[in-house]
Amino acid sequence: MLQIKVLGSGCQNCKRLEAETRAALDEAGIVYELLKVTEYDDIMSYGILSTPGLVINEQVLAAGRIPRRQQIVDWARQLQTANS
Amino acid sequence: MRFPRLPSLHDDRAAFLLIGLLVSLWLIDYNNLQMVADWVTYSLMGLSPVSPLGTALNFFVYDVPKILLLLAGMIFLITLLQTFVDTAKVRAVVERRGEGIGNVMAALFGAITPFCSCSSVPLFIGFVQAGIPLGITFSFLITSPIMNEVAFVMLLGLFGWKVAVLYLVSGILIGVVAGLILGRMKLERYVEPFVYKVRANQTGHLSLQTKLTWVDRFGQAVDSTRDILSKVWLFVIIGIGIGAFIHGFVPEDALTGIMGENAWWSVPAAVLLGIPLYSNAAGVIPIVSALLGKGAALGTVLAFMMSVVALSLPEMIILRKVLKPRLIAIFVTVVAISIIITGYLFNLVI
Repeated sequence: MLQIKVLGSGCQNCKRLEAETRAALDEAGIVYELLKVTEYDDIMSYGILSTPGLVINEQVLAAGRIPRRQQIVDWARQLQTANS
Repeated sequence: MRFPRLPSLHDDRAAFLLIGLLVSLWLIDYNNLQMVADWVTYSLMGLSPVSPLGTALNFFVYDVPKILLLLAGMIFLITLLQTFVDTAKVRAVVERRGEGIGNVMAALFGAITPFCSCSSVPLFIGFVQAGIPLGITFSFLITSPIMNEVAFVMLLGLFGWKVAVLYLVSGILIGVVAGLILGRMKLERYVEPFVYKVRANQTGHLSLQTKLTWVDRFGQAVDSTRDILSKVWLFVIIGIGIGAFIHGFVPEDALTGIMGENAWWSVPAAVLLGIPLYSNAAGVIPIVSALLGKGAALGTVLAFMMSVVALSLPEMIILRKVLKPRLIAIFVTVVAISIIITGYLFNLVI
């Protein structure tokens, strides 16, 4: 199962990234587990400089922006096949 | 206010075509506003162009669509430009410079980087991690909120490009100077200790294919523009409404005595007044623009506006996570004094 992490202290954009990610993956029928990372120590351990950050299977995929749904699905599929 | 979603585009060319079409429509609308405003107020409503009510209503009917259109167009361009700014690269560039040049570069980057108060903490920690001096980091942290895109566009629309550029240049200058001063004050001990302990396990390099296409950029710019507009449109209308009232009903030179160049105390008073005002930046500018027409001095007005956008309570609360209260107080004081001096300078020069 995919491990998704949304990095961000809980601002508007972080909530939108979470909603977009859920919507994209639900639509595509991908099974995942989503975790919100809100503590700055933890966020910064991923080395990003702006939030929100999107991490799938411990890979940082986007920072400081909200990717398109299609892009999120593409990443998820790529990482799914990489794992199996 | 909701804006229609951008239709899904399959290639970059379609994105360009759609944008071209929107730009043409925008230009046609924008260039005919005064005509429409005159027709509505003078012909349709039968008001006299010299009566206070006629002047006020004409001002309102012209300025509301003008500023909203200008905001939509310019914010789109600015947010599109911002998709090219990569904070990781900015840090890499600033990292190699020392004090002085480093402050200038940090302030320049701060001016174009989108400011989101919730991103200022990761940015601060990231800069400290890279060993960038505190003063340079502050140059960035000061200019980023001072250069507010909404404020810039509204100055452009209501005061003309000269004032807008003046605002840009002085904002960067304040960032450089205040950063240099703060850098000399040896404030490292007032940074929360955990900041120095945070270690990045990853380099922050993005994995997989993450290159942005034009469709991505346009989509992001449309999203940000919609976000920003839906936050400020009401303030803009209310602000212009009050501005229109002042424009029509308050006599010329009514404010020369209290906000003019000769009232020395008006600059610090304006800055102090601006600190607690935050979310109303968009509404404040049309009001100060109308005040300017009634004898207020430009330096006083600009100082007020910068203090509204640069020093705000929500930002202090967020910075509190990484800075001790003492450092926040020093930060606010140094920035406020820099803004006051800039205000006096403008009143002297212009």
